Amino acid sequence: MPEFLTELLNNHAWLMVAIKVLGVFAVVMPMVAYSVVAERRISAFIQDRVGPSRVGVPWTKIRLLGVGQPLADGLESFLKEDFTPGHVKRVFYWMAPAVSMIPSFVVFAVIPFGSMLGMQKMVIADLNVGILFTFGIVSLGVYGVVLAGYASNSKYPFLGGIRSSAQMISYEIAMGMAVVPVFMLAADPTWREGLTVEWKEYLDGTGLLNLSSVVAYQSDSLFSWLVFKQPIAFFIFLIAIFAETNRLPFDLPESETELVAGYNTEYSSMRFALFFMGEYAAMIAGSALMVVLFCGGWTLPIEGFNTPAQSLGMGVLHILVFIGKIAVFLGLMIWVRWMLPRFRYDQLMNIGWKRFLPVSLANIILTAIVLWAIA
Amino acid sequence: MESILFNIFAVLAVLSALLVVVNPLSRNPVTSAMFLVTTMISISGLFVLLNAYFLAAVQILVYAGAVMVLFLFVIMLLDIQETARRKLRIVSLVMGFVAVGALFGVYKSSVEATYEKAVHETQALGQAAEEAEEDSEVVVGSTQALGQGLFSHEGGFILPFEIVSILLLVAMIGAILLSKKELR
Repeated sequence: MPEFLTELLNNHAWLMVAIKVLGVFAVVMPMVAYSVVAERRISAFIQDRVGPSRVGVPWTKIRLLGVGQPLADGLESFLKEDFTPGHVKRVFYWMAPAVSMIPSFVVFAVIPFGSMLGMQKMVIADLNVGILFTFGIVSLGVYGVVLAGYASNSKYPFLGGIRSSAQMISYEIAMGMAVVPVFMLAADPTWREGLTVEWKEYLDGTGLLNLSSVVAYQSDSLFSWLVFKQPIAFFIFLIAIFAETNRLPFDLPESETELVAGYNTEYSSMRFALFFMGEYAAMIAGSALMVVLFCGGWTLPIEGFNTPAQSLGMGVLHILVFIGKIAVFLGLMIWVRWMLPRFRYDQLMNIGWKRFLPVSLANIILTAIVLWAIA
Repeated sequence: MESILFNIFAVLAVLSALLVVVNPLSRNPVTSAMFLVTTMISISGLFVLLNAYFLAAVQILVYAGAVMVLFLFVIMLLDIQETARRKLRIVSLVMGFVAVGALFGVYKSSVEATYEKAVHETQALGQAAEEAEEDSEVVVGSTQALGQGLFSHEGGFILPFEIVSILLLVAMIGAILLSKKELR
C-alpha cells in the first residue's frame, strides 16, 4: 500500500470503519437482490413452473437464468407512481418503510463476517455485548411493521400491525432464552487457555459475550459446533428467526389470503420495495446470526480454515465461507416457505408461550446441571 | 468528542421526553409513544458514554424493544383516539411546577454534596483501578464485573437483587390474578 494511504488510515480510525460499512453494504445489497431471485426461481421449481428467466443482458439474446431480474424490478419500483392514499397518517406512513429497513442492516455491525484482512479484524464494531446489541436492534425491527399498520389507517393493515407486535414480542423471549445455554458454554473463561497463539492474539481484549469469542469456541472440530452441542437451542432459535422475519409458516402480519397484504397493503412503488428489501435483509441478518452462534461462523473444521487468517487470500476465503454458510440458511428459509402452510394465530401463540418458552427454560437448567456435573 | 455526543444525547432525551407530554403539534397517543422510544434510545446512548455497554444494550432491548411495543399494542388494540386539549388549571400548573422544582432542588443539593467527595474518590479509584487492572483481567464496567457485583455474597448485592425479583414476581402474579374474570 502507498505510504500516504497507510498514514491516512492510521491517523483516522473512522476511515477504516467507514470503508468496512461500505464494504458490508456493497455485499449485503446484492445478496438481498439475488435472494429475491432465488426465492422466485426455487418457488417456481417447487411448483413446477419456470419462474423469472427472461431478463438478461439488454439488446442481446443472453438470458443468464434471469440474473437481470433485480435490476428490472428495481427500475420498475422507481418508475412506478408513488401514491399516498388520502386517509393515511402521513408522517408515520412515510417513516415506516425506513424504520422497518434500518434495523435489519444495523445488525450486521456486530457480526464477525471474516477473520482478518491485512491488519483489520473483519467486524465493524467488536462489541463485548455483541449478542445483547443484536437482540436490542432486532427487537426494534417491529416498529416498522406496527407503524405501517397504524399509519395506513385502514382495517387490514391495522390487523397486520397488531398481530406483528404480539408475535415479535412472544418470539423474542423464546429467542433470548434459547441463546442463554450457548453462552453458558461459550462464556466459560477456562476454554480460552487451550487456544493457539493466533487465536489468543485475535481475541486479545475481547469479553466473553463477544461474538468472535463464540466463533473461536466452535473452531476446534465439526462437533464443537454449537448446533451439535445445543440442538434444542438451535431448533428454537431457528424457528424464532422465522417468526421474527415474518416468514412463512409465521407470516401472520402479511397473510395475503386473509389480510390482502397485511401491513403493506396501502404501500406502492419504492416504499413497498423498501419493506420487501427489509424483509430479505432481516433474513440474511438472521442467517448470519445462526451461522455465528451455532455453525462455527467463518471457520471450517479443516486445517487453515480454523485459525485467523495470516494472509490476504485466506482472509478472503474466510469471508466466502461465511457467505456460503449464510446462503445455505437462506436456501432453507426459502424452501420451508414453499413447503409448509401458515399456522393459525392461536397456534402461533401457543407454540411461542406454551412450548418454546418452557422448553428453552428447561434447556437452560439442563445445561446448568450437565456443566455442574462435569465440573 | 465525548462531550459533543453527551450534549446531543442529553438534549435529545430531554426534548423528546418533553414532546411525550406537551407536544404542540399532535395529541396523538402513538406520537407520544414514539417520542418515548427516542427518549429511551438517547438514554441508552448516555449509558454508552458512561462505558456501561451492558446497561445500554438492555435499555434498548427491554424498554425500547419490549415495553414500548406493548404500549403501542395496547394503544392500538384499545383504539385510543386523540384526546381533546384540556384547559390548563392554574392551581395544577402551579402545583406541578412546585413539585418539579422541589425535586430538582433535592437532586441539585445531593449532586453538589456528593460531587466533592466523588472527585476525590475517583482519583483514588483511578489509581486503584490501574493497580487492579494489572492484577486481574476484569474490566471496570464490563458485563462480567456487573454480574460479579450483583451476584457475589461478599460485598455484592445478591440479597437486594433477590428481594427485587421476588417483588416483581409478586406484582406479576397479582396482575394475572386481577385480570382473571372469576376468582376461584
